[in-house]
Amino acid sequence: MIVPTRRLLLAAPALLLLPRQADATPEAMAEAVRGFTGGAPVTPGRVALDISPLVENGNTVPLSVIVESPMTEEDHVRAIAVFNERNPQPHVITAQLGPRAGRALLSTHIRLATSQTLLAVAALSDGSFWSDRAQVVVTLAACIEG
Amino acid sequence: MRRTLALLLLALPASAQDRRSGFEDMARETQAMQRDDMQNPGMLWVAEGEERFNRDCTSCHTEASMRGVAARYPAWDEATGAPIDLAGRISACVERHQRATPPARESQALLALTAYVAHQSRGLPISRPTDPRLAPALAQGRALYGERRGQLDLSCVQCHDDNAGRRLAGSVIPQAHPTGYPLYRLEWQGLGSLQRRLRGCMTGVRSEPFAYGAAEYVALEIFLNDRAAGMAIETPAVRP
Amino acid sequence: MARVLINVPRSAKRGDIITIRTLIQHTMETGYRPNAQGEVVPRDIIRRFTCSYDGAVIFSAELSPAIAANPFLSFTTVATRSGTVTMTWEGDNGFAQTETRPIEVT
Ligand code: HEC
Ligand code: HEC
Repeated sequence: MIVPTRRLLLAAPALLLLPRQADATPEAMAEAVRGFTGGAPVTPGRVALDISPLVENGNTVPLSVIVESPMTEEDHVRAIAVFNERNPQPHVITAQLGPRAGRALLSTHIRLATSQTLLAVAALSDGSFWSDRAQVVVTLAACIEG
Repeated sequence: MRRTLALLLLALPASAQDRRSGFEDMARETQAMQRDDMQNPGMLWVAEGEERFNRDCTSCHTEASMRGVAARYPAWDEATGAPIDLAGRISACVERHQRATPPARESQALLALTAYVAHQSRGLPISRPTDPRLAPALAQGRALYGERRGQLDLSCVQCHDDNAGRRLAGSVIPQAHPTGYPLYRLEWQGLGSLQRRLRGCMTGVRSEPFAYGAAEYVALEIFLNDRAAGMAIETPAVRP
Repeated sequence: MARVLINVPRSAKRGDIITIRTLIQHTMETGYRPNAQGEVVPRDIIRRFTCSYDGAVIFSAELSPAIAANPFLSFTTVATRSGTVTMTWEGDNGFAQTETRPIEVT
């Protein structure tokens, strides 16, 4: 359903001028994740990354991360980080929290330059790391027009 | 040109004949953003407008007196003997009654004040422009709406009446009801007026848009209100 | 001062998990966008958000250019005692703003 050349008719031509060469890559994302985990293994599970699979405009995309955790002194989520593959930079947001949060939950609005994979990683108090990923199709990419 | 348009529009089932706000055409997530005042960025402009209103306007007006005003604008302006839209009305107040320099069209100050005043009418139905003095402008608006323009030689009718509900590249073509203005458009990453939206549609067909504040926009708005009479005001709406 | 909208419940029961939501007016200029002259507009973003309540930082976040204009953040905390919730946003070009909201815990 997405035919980029047709979009030119209605959207500002500037849309297509995103600096491709500056894009993050899957490797850059993996590198950024290592920066967050210190190289520790990341296991899929416990984390729910909630984002629409089909986004109509990449400029403002609601995103939530919820991690299954009792959030007690002994067993809690210390931090939640979100990464992406194809924005100019792999890092989206990192949040620090703790037992006083009551729930391991973060919601925000993000930008997506194009269709891509997003990854949420949670750092737990026992030193383990858990993750969830989501595939997102963007019909109108984050725009560089003000 | 008609063939070009047929090619541009991806074949989707024809839309319902009922009038529907652009809100209905949006993704569920974007609808949720509009509905939730804490997530709707347009509310930041409403909050600024409220502050400005309480500072600059309450010597003559109250918040309660602004309820319902947006639903009957554009209206006839005695002083100039011409129709005036809500933003123009607010600027005129600053100029005539406060004797200050009126804020520019599309300035943060005017958008904020207009959003605040229009927000007081959220949920109220748009009134049909029945003032006989508006009739010539209404006729002009209808004519502009049906006129083909630009290098693509397309009229508003061809997109918004004949092909509403279909997809043009990534976007659903809405029925073009002016229910949410000023509104927060994700594409703009900011608040914008109906005139900014109309300029976008005009440059979209490769035609020269009218200047901000032009009588043609007020005429088009009167016609759009006539078409949308009875539909609820959403200000500040969110659109992709 | 940037315009902000903040939602902190005025009152809560001790032990309740409350949701705090914030929206702040900021362009979040990415640093990747060329202007009309083709020059890249310098980055201007909020880089850090901190929320303190009852004697400690309960939530903080590092933001990137991938956070949408007019940043929205929502998170939770356990209501412990009556007091003040303090929120601070810091960013490029010396951006710094602090807002407080009272909360009554019964
Ligand atoms: C000194 C008094 C005065 C001040 C200050 C003033 N106004 Fe007005 N306003 C009027 C009067 C009088 C009218 C009636 C129309 C006319 O005579 O222009 C009016 C009409 C309006 C209307 C149209 C109301 C309707 O029912 O059609 C709006 C909207 C409005 N003003 C908004 C504002 C805003 C916003 C401000 C502050 C920026 C403001 N006014 C400041 C005197 C004032
Ligand atoms: C080529 C097709 C096309 C033409 C011609 C066109 N528009 Fe649009 N218009 C659109 C699309 C598509 C949108 C939805 C927004 C977007 O993605 O650009 C839109 C949006 C709008 C909206 C916003 C509705 C809302 O929910 O806020 C209005 C109002 C509007 N158009 C009015 C007009 C008017 C008036 C004209 C004639 C001067 C016109 N349009 C010409 C395609 C068109």
